[in-house]
Amino acid sequence: MATAAETLNASDDQRVGTKPGTMLLTVRVRRFNPEVSQDSWWDEWTVQCEPLERLVEVLHQIKWRHDGTLSFRRSCAHGICGSDAMLINGRNQLACKVLAEDVGPKVTIEPIRGLPVLKDLIVDMDPFMDEYRGVLPFLINDSGEPDKERRQSQEDRHRYDDTTKCILCACCTTSCPVFWGDGGYVGPAAIVNAHRFIFDSRDEAGRERMKILSEKTGVFRCRTTFNCTDACPRGIQVTKAIQEVKRAILFERF
Amino acid sequence: MTTTHTYDALVIGGGGAGMRAAIELSGAVKTAVISKLYPTRSHTGAAQGGVCAALGNTEEDHPEWHAFDTVKGGDYLVDQPAAMLMTEEAVQAIYQLERWGLPFNRTPDGRIDQRRFGGHTAEHGERPVRRACYAADRTGHMILQTLYQQCVKRNVRFFNEFYCLDLLRDQDGTTAGIVAYELATGELHVFRAKSVVFATGGYGRMFRVTSNAHALTGDGPAVVWRRGIPLEDMEMFQFHPTGLARLGVLLSEAARGEGGIVLNKDGERFMERYAPTIKDLAPRDMVSRAIYQEIKEGRGGGPNGDWAFLDISHLDPRVIQEKLPDITEFARIYLKVEPTKEPVPIQPTAHYAMGGIPTDTEGRVVIGSDETVVPGLYAAGECACVSVHGANRLGTNSLLDLVVFGRRAGDDAARHAKDAELAPLPEKPEAHTLDRLNGILGRSAGDNGADIRKELQDNMFDLAFVVRSEEGLTKMQSILGGLRERYDRVAITDKSALYNTDLMETVELGYLLDCADALVASAIARTESRGGHYREDHPLRDDANWLKHSLAYRNDDGSIRLDYKPVKMGPYIPMERKY
Repeated sequence: MATAAETLNASDDQRVGTKPGTMLLTVRVRRFNPEVSQDSWWDEWTVQCEPLERLVEVLHQIKWRHDGTLSFRRSCAHGICGSDAMLINGRNQLACKVLAEDVGPKVTIEPIRGLPVLKDLIVDMDPFMDEYRGVLPFLINDSGEPDKERRQSQEDRHRYDDTTKCILCACCTTSCPVFWGDGGYVGPAAIVNAHRFIFDSRDEAGRERMKILSEKTGVFRCRTTFNCTDACPRGIQVTKAIQEVKRAILFERF
Repeated sequence: MTTTHTYDALVIGGGGAGMRAAIELSGAVKTAVISKLYPTRSHTGAAQGGVCAALGNTEEDHPEWHAFDTVKGGDYLVDQPAAMLMTEEAVQAIYQLERWGLPFNRTPDGRIDQRRFGGHTAEHGERPVRRACYAADRTGHMILQTLYQQCVKRNVRFFNEFYCLDLLRDQDGTTAGIVAYELATGELHVFRAKSVVFATGGYGRMFRVTSNAHALTGDGPAVVWRRGIPLEDMEMFQFHPTGLARLGVLLSEAARGEGGIVLNKDGERFMERYAPTIKDLAPRDMVSRAIYQEIKEGRGGGPNGDWAFLDISHLDPRVIQEKLPDITEFARIYLKVEPTKEPVPIQPTAHYAMGGIPTDTEGRVVIGSDETVVPGLYAAGECACVSVHGANRLGTNSLLDLVVFGRRAGDDAARHAKDAELAPLPEKPEAHTLDRLNGILGRSAGDNGADIRKELQDNMFDLAFVVRSEEGLTKMQSILGGLRERYDRVAITDKSALYNTDLMETVELGYLLDCADALVASAIARTESRGGHYREDHPLRDDANWLKHSLAYRNDDGSIRLDYKPVKMGPYIPMERKY
């Protein structure tokens, strides 16, 4: 496996050069493949791209033109599916919501932190999804079902609007220093999804969820560093949501 | 090493249709969902504008009006009984989603709010009607999340990042199971089951400009096609008029439902000329063709003169913020355009496959013009063709399709699984799949799959897009022949067992080529214009000869045989489609 940086050469000039309206972007990626080595290594490529090119498409260009072994998840490529969360220049972002001109001329890409790396930028999402499942992320209402819809006022609907935006990309949870530690912490995303139901006027299991989140792996491990809010590609006020859950537990008001 | 699993029922695909089917199945029989993505990554989540049902929450509405719109919108290629069933069941399907927690926007009195959408009208085309139930402009996201939440609640068994690579049938053609590839390990798994529901979504990635996710490569249709199942109405592909220029990322029709308009480079609201009654809310095929006409006549904008513009700058900023937040963000991020101040450059984008695996209204896969049921085989959602969308799907009807027919397919698949016995597996069920994969992995040098994919996408965009002709399609067919030859020589660099996305992308490319073959062959034969299929050499609809569904079969030598079956008619007599 080549570890040296791929250098430009004459035969590449159709792809790598200074065509008007394009830019050169040097992409440095932390690689890992347990079939090759137990240690990670760095690879670097310089590619020509349009300034508005999405970083996920730059990664495709590298995969398709330079090194087919480069592995990452992606699907929708416009910030809705949550597949391509990566640590981009030290910040958790979706590679499809970062443009070349935002990070050029050089960008460093690593897997998100706190989850086991499986290959290159692919991490094991199961521990993250287990935390999500642990907060009962579904509407619970045993008071009988109306023939039509349950009524909900616009104000009540607005109360939990922000936390319905979550796409489970893990940008927030894997930016949280408490989650990186080994003390056990459900993480911001699970709390966001609990918030979405605790503050939904149609739900009746708020207390049960708050009991789960008041345990020692729950909300009170949050140290309010706001990393999660900065990292959220959906603009969710994650720290605020966590604070609201904390307050709801302390004052039994929600 | 191959592991064999046994279930009563399998669902292939973890999007809206698949999860809706799984919810129905999991309470009745032992069920597993095989999904190549984590289910919440599925493309149902990208749907924006709404899901229609004649709730009548804000003004008078009736399922029958909805059925009429669906049939007319589909240019009369819709099977009318299926459309009537879907629009009837729509009402309860929406209430059920609400009771499962879907956070719909609300009316002032707390009911589900509804808004206008293209082609949805009151009193058979008299005026636009508020029929689309919505959650801001992320309705699909909320449907996907809600269905996943219900799957979590029911402890549905998921095999995530497993790719379905083959359908297993016994000698009589009865469904016996599938073969899947586990991305994490590179191992093959044989899944035995009595019922198999395909819900793998569309195949828009065969086009250069598309709103579709990278994952939408026609896996389900291609897998069953290679095992003798025909594909129906493959020439009917929807090109959505308002894709973000260059990228194809969808800007919801809800933008026009809320009052947005489409402009040419002169700032003219040209839809007034093409659809005087409902203007910008005309169905998607008509707006896309109008944009093409404007471009052809020199009124397109942008560096190459091939853009139109979506203008929402006159809307109340609060409406934009509350009802269209995501799409305004797309314009800001990807084009650096501020939609509250200036028109957004757009171009038609490949959006939705009306055609697919032929099914009846129970989701059962049917073959031939006599609609023989394939025992144990089901399909639902975009990969299926019921047909409720005909030649052009109305906006919001895809989300409706997947909840209504996902449920029906799941229900019937459960019934079948309870009654049936497991069909015997073929000898060495995984051998065929193993040969395919080893063929790709074994070549040390050969053609580059990315080149083939790019040529496929570029040419399909040039030759089989909004405007088609015999000359262009025939050229495309010969290009596809060449791409197929090169595909058989593809070599990849990643030979590893773990997370070999290089290998799976190559497999997916094969599926895209299959779907493109079927699409182009069906499109060449259909010498008329109907819905999304516009032939400039045959610009009129021809009901005398073409009021029928195409069925494309794959012969053993890879060639295609076309057959047809009648459209199931009902109360609506085909008439000229004017709005």
